[in-house]
Amino acid sequence: MDYFLQQLINGITLGSIYALVAIGYTMVYGIIGMINFAHGDIFMVGSFLALIAFLALLAIGVTAVPLALFLVLLIAMLLTALYGWIVERVAYRPLRGSFRLAPLISAIGMSIFLQNYVQIAQGARVKSLPPLVTGAHVLMDDGKFVVQLTNIQIVIIVTTTLLMLLFSWLVSSTRLGRDMRACEQDLKMASLVGVDTDRTISLTFVLGAALAAVAGILYLLYYGAIDFFIGFVAGVKAFTAAVLGGIGSLPGAMLGGLMIGLIETFWSAYFSSEYKDVAAFSILILVLIFMPTGILGRPEVEKV
Amino acid sequence: MQPAARASRFDIGGAIKDALVATMVAFGLFSLMLGLLTAPGPSGKLEVSARPQLLAASLAVVFAGRFFVSLFARNSRFTKLGQIVPPDARNALKKLERFAAPALLLFALAVPVLFFSNRYLLDLGILVLTYTMLGWGLNIVVGLAGLLDLGYVAFYAVGAYSYALLAKEFELSFWVCLPLAGILASFWGILLGFPVLRLRGDYLAIVTLAFGEIIRIVIVNWQSFTGGPNGISGIPRPSFFGIPFNNEPEGFAALFHLEFTPTHRVVFLYYVILTLALVTCAVTIRLRQLPIGRAWEALREDEIACRSLGINTTNTKLTAFATGAMFAGFAGSFFATRQGFISPESFVFMESALVLAIVVLGGMGSQLGVAVAATAMIGGFELFRNFEQFRMLVFGAAMVGIMVWRPRGLVATRTPSVFLEEKKTIPAAIVEEARQ
Repeated sequence: MDYFLQQLINGITLGSIYALVAIGYTMVYGIIGMINFAHGDIFMVGSFLALIAFLALLAIGVTAVPLALFLVLLIAMLLTALYGWIVERVAYRPLRGSFRLAPLISAIGMSIFLQNYVQIAQGARVKSLPPLVTGAHVLMDDGKFVVQLTNIQIVIIVTTTLLMLLFSWLVSSTRLGRDMRACEQDLKMASLVGVDTDRTISLTFVLGAALAAVAGILYLLYYGAIDFFIGFVAGVKAFTAAVLGGIGSLPGAMLGGLMIGLIETFWSAYFSSEYKDVAAFSILILVLIFMPTGILGRPEVEKV
Repeated sequence: MQPAARASRFDIGGAIKDALVATMVAFGLFSLMLGLLTAPGPSGKLEVSARPQLLAASLAVVFAGRFFVSLFARNSRFTKLGQIVPPDARNALKKLERFAAPALLLFALAVPVLFFSNRYLLDLGILVLTYTMLGWGLNIVVGLAGLLDLGYVAFYAVGAYSYALLAKEFELSFWVCLPLAGILASFWGILLGFPVLRLRGDYLAIVTLAFGEIIRIVIVNWQSFTGGPNGISGIPRPSFFGIPFNNEPEGFAALFHLEFTPTHRVVFLYYVILTLALVTCAVTIRLRQLPIGRAWEALREDEIACRSLGINTTNTKLTAFATGAMFAGFAGSFFATRQGFISPESFVFMESALVLAIVVLGGMGSQLGVAVAATAMIGGFELFRNFEQFRMLVFGAAMVGIMVWRPRGLVATRTPSVFLEEKKTIPAAIVEEARQ
C-alpha cells in the first residue's frame, strides 16, 4: 500500500510534466489539424534555455534560489515562446494550403534541425545540475518503507495546477481564448467574422511553447540532467497523452498527461523499467486503433 | 508605400529595417544558446562561458541574409524563387534529365573499374547505394502511396537481424537468407500495418514511429535472442555463390587465376547492392504501370475518391507497406553481411528520418531524384568529413526548405504514371475552389 502510494505521487509528478507538454500538441492540433512534431524539441530547447539562464545568473551573482528560479522561469518562457513563434512562422505558416503531408514533413525537419542545433551549440554530453530544491516530507513510515513527498514534487504539482487554472481561464474567458475556440471550430468561418486567424495561430504556438518551457524547467529540476535528445521521447509520450485524452480537448490533455504519467510509473514499478517506453508507445497505438477520439475528444467528421 | 515604387527599384531602407527586426529576433533566439556555452569546469560542475564572437558572427549572418532576401523579395522580378531560372534554361535541363538516368547508371556500373584501387571510394559507393535502395523502397510507401512511414528503419533492422541470426544459427548462405529476410520484413510490415492502416495520414506516421521504437527497444532488451546493446558480431561474409573471398586454393582469386586482393570482396559487394537497388527501382517502375501501382498513386492524391471508386484502401495501403518493408529487409540483410556486425545503434529513429529526408529532397515519387539526393547527401557529406556534425542540421533545414519552396522535390517532380491523352484545361478558379 505504501509502495503504491509512493508510486502514485511519482506518477502524478511525471504526469504533470507530460500534461504541460501535451497542451501544446492538443491546441495546435485542435486549430490547424497538424501534429506539431517539433513540440517535444521545443520542450527540450526550453529546458536548455533554463539551464543556461540559471548558470548565467549564478555567474553574475544571483545566488538566492527562489529569485533565480523566478528569473529563469521568466527568461525561459519568453525565449522559448520566441522559438515557438519563429518555428511556426518559418516552417508551418507558408504551408497552409499545401498538400496533406507537407506540414508534418516540415515539422519532422524542424525537429531534426532543433535537436542538432542544440547538440552543436551546447554539445552532445548530458548536462547535469545539482538539486536546487531539496527537502522532503515523510507521509508514512512503517519502518520498512518510507513514503515521502519531496519539495520539488510539491513545486511541480502546484506549478502545474496553477498554470492549468490560468490557462483554462485564458481559453474560456478572454478575447484570445474566444478567438482560439472560434478557430478550432472553423478556421475559415472565424476569419470571415473578423478573427485574425494568423495571429491567433501564432499565439497558440507561443502559449504552447511557453507551457513547454515550464515543463522543461520542471523536468530539469526533477531529474537534474538533460541532453539534446530528451525532447523526442518526451514529445511522443506527451503526444500519446494528448491522443489518449482526446486530441483537441484541453481537459483531455491534462487528464491524458496524468494517465500516461501514472501508467508509466506503475509499469516501471511493478513490471519492468526497461520496457516503460514500450508501454507508452503501445498505449498510443492501441488508443489510435480502438479509440481514436480519446476519452474526452469529439468524433472527427471526414469531409470531402 | 505604393506597389509601383516597390517594383521599380530596390528599397534599401525597407530592407535595412527588415534586417534589423530579424537581427533582434535572432538575438533573442541565439543570445543564450549560441552566446553562452555550458561545459563542465575544473571542479566538474557545469560552468558557463561567453562566446561573443560566435554570437556576433551568427547575428551578422542573419542581418546580411535578411537584408538581401528583403532587397530581392521586394523587387518584383524576383518575387518567386522558381522564376530565377529562365524558361530556356529549364527546358534545356528537362532535356538533360532524359539522359541523366542512363548516364548515372553507366557511371554506377563503371565505378569499381574506374576506382578499383581506391577502397575508400568503393566503400562510399556501397554506402550511397544502400541509402539509394532504402530511399527507393521508402519511395514506394511515401512517394507512391502517400503513407508517411516514420518507422522504416524497423524493417531494415528486421532484415539485418534475420540474416544475422539465420546465418549464424543455421549456417544458411546469403542467397538463401536474402529472400527470407525480405519475406520476414514484409511479414512484419503486414503484421504492423494491418491494424493501423485505417488511420489518417498524420496518425499513421506517429504510429509507425512508435512501432519503429518498440522494435528497437525490444532488440535492445531481448538480450538472449539479439545480443542486446552489444549486438551480433561475426556475421558470415558473403561468398561468390559458394566460393569464399580468401587467399586459399579454393578461394575466389585462385579459382579465377587472379592475384588475391581483399578488394575483390568489396567490388562484389558493390555489384550486389547495385543489383539489389536496380531491382528495387525496376520493380517500382513496373508496379507503377500495374493496377496496384495506379491505385497507390490515386490513393496518394485522394483517399476518399479512391474509396468511392471501389478501391479497397486497406489492402492497397497494405501492399505498399509490405513491398516497401520487403526492400528494407533486403537492404538490411545486405547491411548485415557487409558490416559483419550489427547492433541496435544502427537502427535509431534518425536513420528513418535520414531516409525520409532523402526521399523528400529527391522529390516524392521520383526515382532519379531519390538517387541524386542520396548521392548528394550521403556522398557529399562523406567527402566533407569535417562537417559531419552539421549533416543532420542541414538535412532538417533542407526538409523544411523543400516543403516551403518546392514541395514536389528539389530534383524532379512526381508525375502520375497514367493520365488522359487529351488534356482538358480547367479554369484556375475551379481548381482553387476544389482545393478548399
